[in-house]
Amino acid sequence: MKANNTLYRAFGQWRQCVLFALVSLASLVTGVVSAETLHEERSVYRNIFVTEVDGRRCLLFNAVRGERNQTCMNMRNPKEFVFHYAKMTMAGLLVNPNPKSILIAGLGGGTLPAALHELYPDATIEVLEIDQAVVNVAKEFFAYTENEKVQTHVVDARVFIKRAGLQGRKFDFVVLDAFTGEYIPEHMLTQEFLEEVKQVLTPDGVLVSNTFSTSNLYAHESETYRAVFGDFFNLKMSGSGNRVIIAQQQPLPNQGQLKVNAQPLYEPLKSYGVDILEFPARMGTRPDWDQTRRVLTDQFSPANLLGR
Amino acid sequence: MTQSSKTSLMQKVIVCAAFFNGFIIMTIELLGGRVLSPYFGTSVYVWGSIITIFMLSLSLGYLWGGRLSSRNPSHKIFASFFMLSALLSLPIIFFAEWTMTQVFLSIEDPRYGSLLAAILLYFAPICLMGMVSPYSIRLLVSSEENSGRMAGLLYFVSTLGSALGTLMTSFYFVLWFEIDTIMWGAVAVLLMCAAAITIVHKLPSQEAAGVQRYES
Repeated sequence: MKANNTLYRAFGQWRQCVLFALVSLASLVTGVVSAETLHEERSVYRNIFVTEVDGRRCLLFNAVRGERNQTCMNMRNPKEFVFHYAKMTMAGLLVNPNPKSILIAGLGGGTLPAALHELYPDATIEVLEIDQAVVNVAKEFFAYTENEKVQTHVVDARVFIKRAGLQGRKFDFVVLDAFTGEYIPEHMLTQEFLEEVKQVLTPDGVLVSNTFSTSNLYAHESETYRAVFGDFFNLKMSGSGNRVIIAQQQPLPNQGQLKVNAQPLYEPLKSYGVDILEFPARMGTRPDWDQTRRVLTDQFSPANLLGR
Repeated sequence: MTQSSKTSLMQKVIVCAAFFNGFIIMTIELLGGRVLSPYFGTSVYVWGSIITIFMLSLSLGYLWGGRLSSRNPSHKIFASFFMLSALLSLPIIFFAEWTMTQVFLSIEDPRYGSLLAAILLYFAPICLMGMVSPYSIRLLVSSEENSGRMAGLLYFVSTLGSALGTLMTSFYFVLWFEIDTIMWGAVAVLLMCAAAITIVHKLPSQEAAGVQRYES
């Protein structure tokens, strides 16, 4: 028994040593974690780190590999969106300026649902997050709160959306933000999945999908969205590797309409660091990809291999 | 063809069949994640369900295959394992969607949903594929002293097959083919194994009455 205890303690120390070595290595390699690591949350999917440097608090996955930040929050101005892609998501409001039922796949630090709740206090917001650990971190470090309007479900988004479709539920603002950059959930890029998303959209509902503009996958993904929704807005910003797809069941509004919709949104969105007026001109529908690329389906979706 | 050359040819066929058997088990397991994901997602428990059911099916297959091998072992029965596992793999192509829809509608928790779906789709074919290993050892072993050696060889080829099946499927097959196409390929290879065993077994041999034993 005593021997066991000693062994156990030795093992515990050994584990701490390895952990320390890994964290030190990570800080050497990336320089990112040399920012103060506030917290490390273990999860069945990946380790989650919360760091803070210069008043900027960030949520990172797999810091050892130097992964990019998932969500950052400016602690001096917590409302402000730090990343382009978060700002670009707001362009969906140009297509549907008055959402009442919002569905967000992918929580991150919870800044998007918080902003939408503030902007539309009467709208119901349901957030889907596969990883309970992310929900814990968002609540503890990013001031994410749930209430009777904002609810989180720990679930795979595809499973939730498929069931919501069978139950006849509808949403008028759906955000797909489930791409971490390290691994793409392949079952959420397929034609069948997008058909399921279409099923839960109201006739004037809008789908806002935050994805990447780099890699081979771009053309495949674009063709898949086109197969399901026809023309869609493709929003890209210089200085960002992200692109945001904005799609709708009914025909898309024209430039004039987008500009009209942008006016009343300008003031409320300003405090989030979003200049909505610059978006309409960047929202094009013209394909800028190889249109012969194959549509992704449940039978054929090697997204992670194509993304190399 | 002499009896001894026929015996040695049959041994090669059995070893190859065990290799493809191991290959196909892992191909089907890896595809399982893709088959189930549209209904149950890719949460960690979906992989948990698949791996659990594959391990369970294999373990029972080993047990039953071993028991069967002690009663009149024959190449005909051995070939029928491959034939049957090919047939039992067909529902994965034809009825997977229907099966998973029923499970999805009746079980809300994706943990138990994926577990049940994995049982319904994979238990029978993988169990049969598990029976191949002990049975092929029985067919290969001719004496007590070479039994360990033959078991080692069998483990080696079937696990090597599994390793390559995993690699080829996850690196290349899913990029080149649709899931159903890969499944048809697996069915075809299983049928070819059955055919090869049957054909070699039926080859005429000159010393039909001679008792030959493989000594290594």
